[in-house]
Amino acid sequence: MSIILETTGLTMRFGGLAAVTDFSASIPKGSITGLIGPNGAGKTTCFNMITGFYRPTQGQVFFQGQELTGKSPHCVCRAGIARTFQNIRLFGHETALENVLIGAFVRQKTGWIQSVLMTPASRREENQLRDQAMELLDVVGLANIAQEKAKSLPYGAQRRLEIARALATQPSFLLLDEPAAGMNPQESLELMDFIRTIRTRFDLTILLIEHDMKVVMGVCEHMWVLDYGLTIAEGCPEAIQSNPKVIEAYLGEEYVRHA
Amino acid sequence: MKNTTWLNLLLILCLGLFLWWADGTLDGYKIRVLNLIAINIILALSLNLIYGFTGMFSLGHAGFMAIGAYVCSILIMTPAQKETQFILQEAYFWVQNSHAPFIVAVVLGGLTAALFGVLIGIPLLRLGDDYLGIATLGFAEIIRIVANNIPRVTNGALGFKGIPDHANLWWTYGWCVLTLFLIVRILNSNTGNVFKAIRDDETAAKAMGINIFKMKLLSFSFGAFCAGVGGALLASLVNTIDPKMFIFIQTFNILMIVVTGGLGSVTGSILAGIGITVMLEWLRFVENPITIGSWTMAGIPGMRMVVFSLLLILVILFRREGIMGMREITWAGIARFMKRGKA
Repeated sequence: MSIILETTGLTMRFGGLAAVTDFSASIPKGSITGLIGPNGAGKTTCFNMITGFYRPTQGQVFFQGQELTGKSPHCVCRAGIARTFQNIRLFGHETALENVLIGAFVRQKTGWIQSVLMTPASRREENQLRDQAMELLDVVGLANIAQEKAKSLPYGAQRRLEIARALATQPSFLLLDEPAAGMNPQESLELMDFIRTIRTRFDLTILLIEHDMKVVMGVCEHMWVLDYGLTIAEGCPEAIQSNPKVIEAYLGEEYVRHA
Repeated sequence: MKNTTWLNLLLILCLGLFLWWADGTLDGYKIRVLNLIAINIILALSLNLIYGFTGMFSLGHAGFMAIGAYVCSILIMTPAQKETQFILQEAYFWVQNSHAPFIVAVVLGGLTAALFGVLIGIPLLRLGDDYLGIATLGFAEIIRIVANNIPRVTNGALGFKGIPDHANLWWTYGWCVLTLFLIVRILNSNTGNVFKAIRDDETAAKAMGINIFKMKLLSFSFGAFCAGVGGALLASLVNTIDPKMFIFIQTFNILMIVVTGGLGSVTGSILAGIGITVMLEWLRFVENPITIGSWTMAGIPGMRMVVFSLLLILVILFRREGIMGMREITWAGIARFMKRGKA
């Protein structure tokens, strides 16, 4: 399998604090990969470095053979990497449909001048975008509340809308930051199915941060474990589950000694 | 064509008939107020685009208006007129001899303001919220002070007098409808959605592949263009301009209309534009000596601004989102309302 995303020695220091040290990962195309670790391990910092929100102190990011290190977030998205946020960040005053349309803007060809002049090309494209957006809302099961304001949607729907909005940017690589946060076991199960479905349907590679071990172990094919910014383990779910270093990071040294 | 297009055309026709009637029957003072309403709506819409829809707190409107007003005045005054005006220092050759028809002058006034919008937007739009407000306020002051100190272009503190009064009801309302059309078209397109996205959550907008800086600059310079047009029309309407006319109060008045109408509501800006312009004139009576029974209060100039400031405080206290909030009056909305009335 070919590698779609590769990071080499990514390091992020905030003053004296090394949030992430020497994070090197290569992610095969079409895979679902997990990034786990205790709170404050530097997982979201990794996401922020990959998506251009932070400029890494050291190291590089390669995406489809092209270097992305230090590119601004909108360039990263244009290159085909989309993300969601740990604390949902929707456009609250806009409807669900508008939120998805905003995601599609990055691929829109006709600009504002054509919209003002109401050229046929611009009308056609805006109608087409609207249809595509409705289709995406249908995929995430929100088509019936397309005209509701995003901030008035229930929590689970907001999570799904955020994914639909990310998909609207037509990514080939999707980063999900704690997609199962706040979900009950049943919803988490549905989420696992959903993640697999969108992977196949949109031909995606997915990297996700998650604390819900059932979800991570159930859906990921490979994973990296961070602790205090250091990569302490890497491998398939089974190997990670029995790795003493991982158990120590999560449960403490004592637990390992008694086990 | 869709039904709403017909209804909009019908509304414009009604406005046309009203203007035709007003032009023939109303006295000069009332027509002046009507003209001011149109100009204030243009200015309020442009500030609402910048602040209400894109979320950039800008206090530089007076600066853009000044630029539009000066460019337009210089262009519509004849060379002979200008010769009599520049008594402090002789005007530059290009100032002295440039002349253009009114419509070209207004467009150029707007374009020059937009150009300044781009120039100051490039360094300033990286600032957030309050800092942007302070910086744009500084810009407006700089424009005013520069206008005071380049007498060979602006005639310094004396300003211009006897600017040809081309601005009649047809021009002001024509521009008002055009501005409204342009802004509504942009806001209803996906570009408008993106503006609102930047207002709601800049970080998320960045992650959606939106070039925040480029879109902010577009909104800001488009707003500046409309402000320039408003300033140009105002110059031709009041016939006389000088740097003192473009002090902060000018921006404040527009801001008051936008906030009262509702940040992020086009119809709110229109309603408040009409309401506040009329009130500002009508409230002049509080500046006259008032007699209640045997007690007489001397007239206090500026009293209506006190009343207005109180009004603004009341709006902020009791209806923070303004008359309309972020809602709009739409044909569909009216239809729904009528149906509910019948049922």
